[in-house]
Amino acid sequence: MRDSIIWKIGGEAGFGIMSAGTMMARAFARVGYHTMVTNEYPSLIRGGHNLITVRISPKYFESMNREVHILVALHNPCIELHKDELNENALVVYDPKDHEWQASDFPKPVHLLPVPLMELVNTLNGSPVMRNTVTLGVTLALVGADFSILESIIRDQFKKKKQPVIDSNIALAKSGYDYVKKHFPDETSMYLSKAEKKEPQLILNASEAVGLGAYRGGVKFAAIYPMTPINSVISFFADHAKQLKIVYKQPEDEISGINMALGASFAGVRSMVASSGGGFALMVEGLSLAGIMEVPIVINLGMRVGPATGMPTWTEQGELQFVIHAGHGEFPRIVLAPSDAAEAFELTANAFNLADRYQTPVFVLTDKYLAESHWCVPMSHFKKEYTVERGKMVNESDLPADRSYKRYRLDVDDGVSPRSIPGMKNGVFFSNSYEHNEKGYVTELASERVAMANKRLKKFNAMKKDVPAPHVYGDKNADITFVSWGSSRGPVIDAMEMLRAKGRTANLVHFTWLYPFPEDEVAKLLSTAKRVIDVEQNASGQLAALIREHTGLKIGEKILKYDGRPFYPEEIVEGVEKSL
Amino acid sequence: MTLNSSVFAANHLPTWCPGCGDYGIWTALKEALVKQGIGSDDGLVVYGVGCHGNMYNWMNIYGFAGLHGRTLPVAQGVKLANHKLPVVVVSGDGDCLGEGGNHFLHAAKRNPDITVILHDNQVYGLTTGQASPTAKIGFVTKSTPDGAVDAPINPLLLAIAAGATYVARGFAGDTPGLIKLMSDAVEHKGFAVVDVLQPCVTFNKVNTYQWYRQRVYRLEDEKYVPDNKMKAIERAMEWGDRIPIGLFYKEIRPTSEDHEPALTGDPLIRVPVASEHFDSVLQEFV
Repeated sequence: MRDSIIWKIGGEAGFGIMSAGTMMARAFARVGYHTMVTNEYPSLIRGGHNLITVRISPKYFESMNREVHILVALHNPCIELHKDELNENALVVYDPKDHEWQASDFPKPVHLLPVPLMELVNTLNGSPVMRNTVTLGVTLALVGADFSILESIIRDQFKKKKQPVIDSNIALAKSGYDYVKKHFPDETSMYLSKAEKKEPQLILNASEAVGLGAYRGGVKFAAIYPMTPINSVISFFADHAKQLKIVYKQPEDEISGINMALGASFAGVRSMVASSGGGFALMVEGLSLAGIMEVPIVINLGMRVGPATGMPTWTEQGELQFVIHAGHGEFPRIVLAPSDAAEAFELTANAFNLADRYQTPVFVLTDKYLAESHWCVPMSHFKKEYTVERGKMVNESDLPADRSYKRYRLDVDDGVSPRSIPGMKNGVFFSNSYEHNEKGYVTELASERVAMANKRLKKFNAMKKDVPAPHVYGDKNADITFVSWGSSRGPVIDAMEMLRAKGRTANLVHFTWLYPFPEDEVAKLLSTAKRVIDVEQNASGQLAALIREHTGLKIGEKILKYDGRPFYPEEIVEGVEKSL
Repeated sequence: MTLNSSVFAANHLPTWCPGCGDYGIWTALKEALVKQGIGSDDGLVVYGVGCHGNMYNWMNIYGFAGLHGRTLPVAQGVKLANHKLPVVVVSGDGDCLGEGGNHFLHAAKRNPDITVILHDNQVYGLTTGQASPTAKIGFVTKSTPDGAVDAPINPLLLAIAAGATYVARGFAGDTPGLIKLMSDAVEHKGFAVVDVLQPCVTFNKVNTYQWYRQRVYRLEDEKYVPDNKMKAIERAMEWGDRIPIGLFYKEIRPTSEDHEPALTGDPLIRVPVASEHFDSVLQEFV
């Protein structure tokens, strides 16, 4: 019995592999397992090699590790590309019609399991794309799970289709399941140990979590131009617009997107945009506009490999310094970076309150690894208390009848002036891209310019009370202190576990709130650390640079990865050992 | 109290050059708003960047003076958040057709209920006289010392082709005509474009008031009916000894806001934040 299985399925794009991965994760999560799904694919729609990895365990884990227990190949390149990654005695499922693989083709001993996938599909009058369903049945049998858990998932997955489609998919899955039971009855080496049934778990990617968080946060308007890896945010809004009374508009470009969202926010509703680095680059001028006009906006930036078009379907944490410094001129902003889908939900909802409280842009930095991997999050996490706080919005009835209301009044300690919205009686003002006075009229007077710039910058001080200290995981007095931000947390936490097994102690100072930077707490935490190692998915160590800028502390040791693939915890362990 | 254009008076005096076509447009806009019953608190004007955009400093009505070229996305965002709010865009030929050309095409295609007043003087006045996208071939400016060589953009042709549902041209020297066109444009439910031929007394010595007065004629005087795209295109291409002004094309088509299922009732700004569907949406992911 195993307490962790890593299953990979690979084939051409268009083979339905992604849905196979999430169905697998959902089936096991429903009966109490912890699951995670990651994907790898080139930037094309048909052909190429797509790979889905699913990890299933009765115990909680934070990341994928470098093991492969079961490989399901829907085409030959899947085996050619991944045979070197297989564990000893891994199971290899393939259609013998594609190729007669021999044990000698593999560097380590493996169990070859030829399953006539296409023949099984043809026998039941299915289409070639339905081989993925057969492999789900095959896999369930190989890990010793009950077929019924898959049956309920298939029913739900195809519930919008007609009954024959559901029946046919169940029959196909069952044929795969039965084939294994009949032809490989002794193959029990990958049986999973039983899990305790838990509360309901959501299987969702971080973009869907951003969508859910936005809805929780009362979003009413989103303008998002399509771009990998945030397209699931679009689907979430487009699919739910009617039900949730949200307007999702597809703009002609990202420049239009952010200006539409600013228009909607100025008009009085919570608004957001989402993009990746390249799309956000086009929004930078609009970001600066939000800064001077003091219009709240939430920006979800899903990072991917740059510069320019880079490697569009691969992951990176390369935009931290970009979002902190983006925009001409000086104005306050907040930068948040969730570590997983659970935090993506929570931080997005909070981002809307922060944007309104400070009338300024708030970033939610995700990345391709977060945004397209599927995470397993307990239902109760989404049901935590949340209150929509619109900040300083005036009531129409409170506006003075002598029309003396000033939208940008200067006598505010936190730099945040009460907002009216267009259409309110006696609330007239000008939202102005030019430097302006309290009413919004243009000004170039030295004194008025300085007063207004100071008012905006006062928000930085006010925000400080909201800035949480970075989260510390593990023993405070450990020998090694990792620092990381956003999506690097999972692999680091799992690496700490591996180090502990080797008799080494490590802790992690982890940032989800990056700007304004919690400098005092960080200086305190790091100045007493014995050995500090920066772990980031970029080539230059952008968090380390931020820490140095704000605390003067230089982190000498860095474990950096920028090949587009998320960290394996083993790589972090190796990094620790190599730099000894 | 009856509404009159003095409600728009602000504490600033215009800084446009004496004789600028902007004065005529400004006057007409105020009168058109009054005609439509829109006072200081009842509507929004979104301004671009250029001489035209400076209007907000002497125009007392909710205003959004945004980035160069980005008026239309802002106006559409506002309109989707509050589709009951009248929204007028004050833009220029450089703002709307140069920097914001793509937005113009897509706004026309979507047909939001917005009126665009396009200040068309062939030059960038605020940057002291470079050629704008509507500059005619041969026009000498600071950026085209040997005369403009690129074919000019025709705002009317572009608007008609892209799907605008109210397409008109006025002349800054004809305030009564402009008031009528602007008022009808604001009343029109859909994307209304009013291209305004506007002399720039400082940087355009060719297309003067005199020059226009000798050439413009009213479409309505020729019993022109603005209900046919092909005929509208034909008139829009007429430029020379005779230049038509008036309404070229009009059609009724569902607006961008009409298509939004969330906007069938109250505007979004009045819809309270609700989480009644939260549990059922969460259930989709289990």
